[in-house]
Amino acid sequence: MEILSTFINGFSLGGIYAMIALGYTMVYGIAKMLNFAHGDIIMVGGYVIYVFMLFSNPILAIAMAVLFCILLGVLIEKIAYKPLRGASPLAVLITAIGVSYLLQSLAQIVFGSANKMVVVYDFGAVKFLGANVQISSLLTLGVAVVVMAALTLFVKYTRLGRAMIAVSEDRGAAQLMGINVNRIITVTFAIGSALAALAGLFYLFKAPSISSTLGAMPGIKAFTAAVIGGIGSIPGAMLGGLLLGIVESVSYKITVIAPYTDAIEFSILILILLVRPTGFLGKKRREKV
Amino acid sequence: MALLEVNQLEVYYGVICALKGISFEVGEGEIVTLIGANGAGKTTTMQSVVGLIPKRGGTVTFDGHDVTKTPCHKIVQLGMTQVPEGRRIFQELTVYENLMMGAYTNKDKASFKRDLEAIYTRFPRLAERKGQIAGTLSGGEQQMLAMGRAIMSHPKLLMLDEPSMGLSPLLVDQVFEIIKDINRDGTTVLLVEQNAGKSLAISDRAYVLENGNIVLSGTGKELAASEMVRKAYLGG
Repeated sequence: MEILSTFINGFSLGGIYAMIALGYTMVYGIAKMLNFAHGDIIMVGGYVIYVFMLFSNPILAIAMAVLFCILLGVLIEKIAYKPLRGASPLAVLITAIGVSYLLQSLAQIVFGSANKMVVVYDFGAVKFLGANVQISSLLTLGVAVVVMAALTLFVKYTRLGRAMIAVSEDRGAAQLMGINVNRIITVTFAIGSALAALAGLFYLFKAPSISSTLGAMPGIKAFTAAVIGGIGSIPGAMLGGLLLGIVESVSYKITVIAPYTDAIEFSILILILLVRPTGFLGKKRREKV
Repeated sequence: MALLEVNQLEVYYGVICALKGISFEVGEGEIVTLIGANGAGKTTTMQSVVGLIPKRGGTVTFDGHDVTKTPCHKIVQLGMTQVPEGRRIFQELTVYENLMMGAYTNKDKASFKRDLEAIYTRFPRLAERKGQIAGTLSGGEQQMLAMGRAIMSHPKLLMLDEPSMGLSPLLVDQVFEIIKDINRDGTTVLLVEQNAGKSLAISDRAYVLENGNIVLSGTGKELAASEMVRKAYLGG
């Protein structure tokens, strides 16, 4: 039952991508910017876990990683992006790329350039229908599903969640309702960063080694997932993430194409954009007159 | 003291001066209209007063507060709200959810329910379509929703920017009836309109805006009778 474990791995990797992609897509939808430093939050989360694992307390490490990433995400928004509200999108984009390099360089200064090993917890594996399945993969998948369901319910059924939809649809009209747009943007960055921290944790389950560029590849993959699903769309990010995770996991199992896995994933992006420029669930934005 | 006092308001878009220091006021309980051609600065006036676009100079006082530099969401919390040009309802949300956003500043559930019932009574169409995605409503229904959404916050001052735009004559009459009605219930109204005839007829006072300046003011009747307004805005 090799196939079963491949799919479970694919879904769990997809769950990680989806959690990161949600950060990209929500920030894009609400703050109307591409936060290219988002992937590096994963890396910061990884290092925070590394530091607190020196006390061998996984729960503490995870809690601190989530907390630290939320603070960092909100702080980055306040210091780097907020002053650029209303500036050209290009200026914001360059700033985000700058923040990304800043975080990577800081990590290198603090922790050195050698990879650090960190084993958060070894759950082992179980036999499931004849397949060998890592418990950490099942856990990742489970948490990802819960997080996505919770986020969907939050956006649909809470006052704050609906305000987020309102801001993403029409910032001016949302302000006329008395919605404090800056506060909504802060909340969005906080949620995105918390998800990135969780993604960092699950990434460490898959490969227990951190470097300052840890966040770069999953970041760009998750961004790809967000665009495939339709950037700005929450279910789109989930769909795109899962799709990419499955593709990656299956492709790795097929010896002939395994070395080209990354190329295949990005080709899928190009193909989908050719057919559906807005991604699967993206909406065509009406041009405002 | 007037409910809204605008004094020497100046607004620039880059180097272009859109409002060249206009002054006007809206007294409690009044309906006041700004009329003017396309590009005269009507929407700019509305958006800068409510804090959506920044002011270069002048002051705005609302209900005794200096709101010249106050951010939009705080001005709304003080009781000024606006039905923006083009209605700008939330297309992806349902009718009910749109009304809920209108009541964003009101956290009290009981009064929210009462307000919602009042809106559904005033606009029966909205009650019929409360579960419908707002983007699928007709233009007239969207205008009703935009007005309903605005009065969910119990504004002291309701500002309406071109509420008759794009509506059939029958609906235009209905919209003006509703504005009169809302005003009778105690809400002060500031109206911006290209439909000068209908809006002057329901206004206590009015101002004529031309190229970023107020060039004429008076009661609704006076302006409707004035030679200049008749020539420029009432088709002779």
